[in-house]
Amino acid sequence: MTIEATPASAAAKAPSGPTHPFAEFLSYFAANRGAMIGFGTIVVLVLLGAFANLFAPFSPIDTNPQAFLKPPIWQAGSVAGHWLGTDAIGRDMLSRLIYGARLSLLIGLAVVALSVTIGTILGLVAGFFRGIVEIAIMRMMDILLTLPTLLLAIIIVAILGPGIVNALIAVATVLLPHYVRIVRATVIAETAKDYVTAARLTGAGSLRIIVKEILPNCAAPLIVQATLGISTAILDAAALGFIGLGAQPPTPEWGTMLADAREFVLRAWWVVTFPGIMILITVLAFNLLGDGLRDALDPKLKR
Amino acid sequence: MLRFLLTRVSLVIPTFIGITLLVFVLVRLIPGDPIETMAGERGIDPAEHARLVHEYGFDRPVIVQYGLYISRLVQGDLGRSIVTHKSVIEEFSSLFPATVELSLCALAFALLLGIPAGIIAAVRRNSIFDQGIMGLSLTGYSMPIFWWGLLLILLFSVQLGWTPVSGRIAVLYFVEAKTGFLLIDTLLAGDIDAFWSAVSHLILPAIVLGTVPLAVIARMTRSAMLEVLGEDYIRTARAKGLSSFRVVAVHAFRNALIPIVTVIGLQVGVLFTGAILTETIFSWPGVGKWLIDGIARRDYPVLQGGTLLIGTIIMAINLIVDMTYGLINPRIRHQR
Repeated sequence: MTIEATPASAAAKAPSGPTHPFAEFLSYFAANRGAMIGFGTIVVLVLLGAFANLFAPFSPIDTNPQAFLKPPIWQAGSVAGHWLGTDAIGRDMLSRLIYGARLSLLIGLAVVALSVTIGTILGLVAGFFRGIVEIAIMRMMDILLTLPTLLLAIIIVAILGPGIVNALIAVATVLLPHYVRIVRATVIAETAKDYVTAARLTGAGSLRIIVKEILPNCAAPLIVQATLGISTAILDAAALGFIGLGAQPPTPEWGTMLADAREFVLRAWWVVTFPGIMILITVLAFNLLGDGLRDALDPKLKR
Repeated sequence: MLRFLLTRVSLVIPTFIGITLLVFVLVRLIPGDPIETMAGERGIDPAEHARLVHEYGFDRPVIVQYGLYISRLVQGDLGRSIVTHKSVIEEFSSLFPATVELSLCALAFALLLGIPAGIIAAVRRNSIFDQGIMGLSLTGYSMPIFWWGLLLILLFSVQLGWTPVSGRIAVLYFVEAKTGFLLIDTLLAGDIDAFWSAVSHLILPAIVLGTVPLAVIARMTRSAMLEVLGEDYIRTARAKGLSSFRVVAVHAFRNALIPIVTVIGLQVGVLFTGAILTETIFSWPGVGKWLIDGIARRDYPVLQGGTLLIGTIIMAINLIVDMTYGLINPRIRHQR
């Protein structure tokens, strides 16, 4: 397979000096079959989501009064055109699943973007300035970590009210402590090193040291944690949708679709099965990618 | 040792105060007047409203209100449910055993399958077993358990008719609650039919709730075993002619146990998050379902009191796990 040949050819191309870190990363990453499968799946899902209006045969919210709870195309009683059947009010399952991909990926990205941004700022402040600020921030994170994640998200949604944006804020808050801890730990480790002292001696200000010298060192662990965070975010947002606190009907969100499907578990297996398979595939793909990135980026695990 | 214990306990206190603050602020942040919220849909007459405002201290400064809240808390008063008018702590303690029974069975399921699977994967590293087990465990780890529950109901309850769909025990059995654990209560009552009914109700929820911990424990066992199997003393044990079973089971596994126990301790929060979803799907009458029902009914005292109790219990368990390490491993005790 071409994938397995990559590390050898990468090494052969650079006989004169050390490999560029990025080339080294690429060769490790490409050799990891699981990570490549995860990456490929994500590319497909992103394309599906981005061009949902082209791929989906129907609108995700329009109902077909001639086709209530019709099974997928390979079963008796199906309706032509509805490949994966229809739900209880005659909406096309396939179209809802495809639009659901768009929504879930957007939720995952938005949650992680929000969480990483705030988490990085809090972590930098805690790690760089130490003292009372650090204690206050880290105690707050301890409280967030003590409560079960879903319970905490539920409380936040109970305060803000159900809905997709509030669910997003809730899940971002739940993920926050991980990023704060990673950044703070890296900052504390790096601040003690000579190059930071050198930068300080040459007259660099605190802000410059934080942004230019310390922050780049947080990138690798943050990228790994962010990838794994997307899978947690998609899973938690779907769970909130499932218990009625996330996206509200008729939004084609996978968790919300499952909540609607619960009462039909006895007579329509397809409305229950497909949304869950989509959640599982998406979450699994991000977990595979995250594990692969960690193996490729962590120098301790190399070789 | 005493100093170690005191340090650990003192670290918990700010977290506990923080949780009380969070829970206190919770009711204050909810839009609308708290008394009207407590009175519910039917509304309340102005004189009664004024009396309650004074009684709950809502006309006092916020800091005094927090003080009042804490003093009620210390007396064990967590308020009353708006819907049932029973005290929150009473409702919680009557439902909590159901959640504990479910969680313990889920954890037992995860340990009984996860530890052997992890050991086999490590011993047969890179074999087809290893890859299969690791693939399955990553799938389990990625599983939306609310869907997994529905899928198992679809297969075992609807298609095969093997297990009931919801509840803890068939309605025709009445078992006197002694321990609150139905598996034990039915046996104490000597009612074998009731016991099997309880088992058949428990089996699917326990599998669903145990899936994520199972995946985590299998992965952790594998990596802990791989680390230990590379050590010199394992080579020594092999060299002196011990059977490979003895080397793996006694010499390696015992030393791999510390990280495994750590991970088991961390599953408490995971189990609780899972219990909220599992109990909702299987209509299991535990505290997870109680909280979800509380949200649907806008029963804020239930949400507030339940959160505080669960947070406190998890904190206490973490503290106990922490202290156990100190007892087992003197090196941890002497740090900092």
